[in-house]
Order: sequence, then structure tokens, then C-alpha cells
Amino acid sequence: MIAPAAKAAVLFFFVTIVQVTIVSSIGILGGSPDLVLVTLVAVALTQGSIFGAICGFWAGLLLDTATLGTLGFTSLLLTLAGFWIGRYGETTGRDRAHAPLLSVAVVTVLYAAGSLVLHFLLREPAPAQVVLFEELPGTIALNLLLTLPVFALVRRLFASPERAAPEVEFVG
Amino acid sequence: MAALGSPVRRAVAPRYSSRTSGPLRRRLVVGLLVLVSLVLITVYFRESPNGSLHGVQSAGSTALRPFEIAANRIARPFHDAYNWTADVFHAKSENEQLRADNKRLQQQVIQSATQAQQALAYQKILKVKRAPAYQDYAKTAVTAEVLSNPVSQFDQTVLIAAGRDSGVRVYDAVVTDRGLVGQVSKVAHDTALVTLLTDKESAATAKDLQTGAIGIVHHSQGPEDLLFLDRVAKNKVVNRGDVVITAGQMSGHRLPSFYPKNILIGRVTRVGQTDVDSFQDVQVMSSVDFSSLQYVLVLASDKPRQRMP
Repeated sequence: MIAPAAKAAVLFFFVTIVQVTIVSSIGILGGSPDLVLVTLVAVALTQGSIFGAICGFWAGLLLDTATLGTLGFTSLLLTLAGFWIGRYGETTGRDRAHAPLLSVAVVTVLYAAGSLVLHFLLREPAPAQVVLFEELPGTIALNLLLTLPVFALVRRLFASPERAAPEVEFVG
Repeated sequence: MAALGSPVRRAVAPRYSSRTSGPLRRRLVVGLLVLVSLVLITVYFRESPNGSLHGVQSAGSTALRPFEIAANRIARPFHDAYNWTADVFHAKSENEQLRADNKRLQQQVIQSATQAQQALAYQKILKVKRAPAYQDYAKTAVTAEVLSNPVSQFDQTVLIAAGRDSGVRVYDAVVTDRGLVGQVSKVAHDTALVTLLTDKESAATAKDLQTGAIGIVHHSQGPEDLLFLDRVAKNKVVNRGDVVITAGQMSGHRLPSFYPKNILIGRVTRVGQTDVDSFQDVQVMSSVDFSSLQYVLVLASDKPRQRMP
């Protein structure tokens, strides 16, 4: 558990740096990709709900620190995102090929909506039309583009050592 | 394809570290994280900018700064390449957009310049309306835009955008800030035809402002906008450069007119006389440019018109 946790901590540290410095400045189709969210979905799907929730909290904390945002704001959203995607991976999403893409699409929408609601509750500017209609479609498309490569990388990073699979012999 | 009796290796399912954990533990962990997040938000939101959480965040941000700078430096060439490519792709559409904008703005500039000219012309006409010479018409005079200028030497009329509905009547005098233009010869509901002073049928009783010599101004029949002050007796004095104005409706006089008095007509440019003619030969240059009329003032009146003898 410690090794994956350390890997995840370092992974999210670098992903957050890349997100803040590089990825957030890329604007295509009105939106910009969210590498942290896609990585979180990949980690949560492969590692489970608790791991996903903790990773979400950590990634949110890093993002809020790096962007000098309200501390705990992104942590709350990413914790819930990581937990729900983890649960999906543990239950119905297990072994389904479309699970990463579906998860990323759904979480991108929920994350944007949740972010809007939280901003509204904190009496901060929450331009719903801009976020939901102008930026969200582009962000979903870009996140979906990132999903498969990120998912493959995360799977490889968190791959457990090969074990000899038990052989099953059918006797007839 | 598996065959009976042959060994088949079943795929290893991914191991979830938390799948085996109980629901209670799972809920506890998530609940705790959510609670911590909410506490962080609350404390951060309520504390002053010099508070402890802000301080921690500032320190964390400072610690992250070198990594951000490094990432920026690494990504700079790629970022520049991306921007360059994006600029190339956008250049064509941007160029078209700018051309369209340029065209639209040029039209706006032309429109604005035209409106400014119109406003200036309108202002001049309004100034004329307030002039003492037209004080009898201050309330009834009608400002009108010229819809069509004379198209040839044979057509010495202009159409104006004011008619019967505005109180314009036939024989009303028409002026500009430069002087007498002509008189209304035909009236419709909202337009009227003005026969210019340069028309061969037009004539106006006029007088020399300096000497008081009276005559009739009419067109010279030539290609230029030259007028003649006719019927000036040889014993009257008319000098070159004298100002010629309308003489007005002089009842009982031998030269009656529909034009009000004291409207500028032009200046005397040549004076001559021959032995065979009984009148002087006085040439007058009109002060009005009849080829580019924009706005005119119709000296309309609600008073009953005097009958001509």
C-alpha cells in the first residue's frame, strides 16, 4: 500500500505542476483539458474508492496551493470524484472497456457543475452559461482524448508484480 | 478457444486495495476527507489574508514555484511551437475577419462623414431660418432635403422632400444660406418641385443694394449660371461688385414679384450699355451653387397670397 501511495503522491505532484503551468494554458474548442481529473479517474478506477478519495484530496490540496485558490475547495470536489469513480470501478465498472471514457465524461460534467455550485455558495463569480455551454463541451472532448493514454500510463505505473496464475484444468 | 481437457489460464482480476475493506472504513475515510475539506474551506474563507492557512498556502506555493518555473522552461519550446501552429491555422480566418471588419468600418466612416456633412448643411439652413431677413417666416418656413439636383442645362428644377403636408405652396420662395434658389412650381403631398432662378422661365424683381436701381433678374440663356439684371433704365447707376437682392412684393409697382424682399441674389460682374438698347446690360453672378444643393429653406407662409396684377 505504501509503494502505490508514494507513487500516487509523486504522480499527482507532477501532474498538478504540469496542469498549472502547461495544460491549463491550452485552449481548444473553448475548453482546456483537465489532466489532474483524468489522472484521478484512472487511479481511482484501478486502485479503488479509498485510494481514489485520498488521491483526490491530495491533488486538490496541491492545486489549491499552486493556484492560491480557496484551500479545501478543489480537495472536496476531487475527493468525492475519486471516491465515486473508485466505487464504480469496484462494482459495475469492473473489467468494462468503456469504463474509463464513461467515467471521465461523467466526472468532467459533475466536476464542472459541483464547482459552479460551490462557487455560488461561496458568493464567488459563477458564470454558468460560460462554464456549462461554452467551455464544458471542449473540456469533455479534450479529457476524452487524454483518457486512454493516461489510463495506460497509470495502469503501467500501478501494475502489481506478475504472479503465477493458478491453472484450471477442466476434466471431462 | 479452450478445449476440454486442455489447461486454460484465467485472467487475473485487478486487485483493489479498498475493495476488501469494509464499508464502514470506506465511509469513515471519505467522511473524514470531506470533513477536513469543509473545515479547510470554512477556516480559509473566514480567516484574514494574514491567517495561518493563508500562510501555509503561501509557503506551499513558494515551495512549488521552482517546479513550476522548471516545467515552464521545459514546456516553453513546445508551447511556442503550439502557438505558432495555432497562429498559422488561425491566420487565414483572422485575415478574412479583419478584411470584413475593415470593409464595415470603411462604410461606417463614409456614413459618419456623410452624416456630419448633412448635419453641417442642416445647421446652416437653421441659421438662415433665424436670420432677421426671414423673421416673418420663422415659424412657417420649412427645411427640406434636396432629393434630386438638375440633371442637365434643360432641366433647371430640383425635387425637395417637403410638400403640401408640410405647408409648402406653389410660388413659395426657396433659399439657402447663400441666397435665393428659386420658387416652388409644383407641390405634392410630401415633395415639391422647385424651379431654379437659372431656369429660362424664372424671373425675380431685384434691386442694387448700393444704388437702389431696380430691375428683373433672369437667366442669361448661356451655359453658365450667369444672371442678367434686366430692365434697368440707363439713368440708373449700377456698379460692378454691387450686391443684388430681391426687391420684394411691391404693390402697384410695374415689376411685381412673389419673392420676399432682401434675399441675396448675387453680385454684379459686368455693366454695359449700347445705343440701340433702352436698358443697361448688367450681368450678375449668383451667390448660390445650383449644381450641389443639399438642403433648402422654403419660405412657406400661412397668410393668404396676394394676387398678381
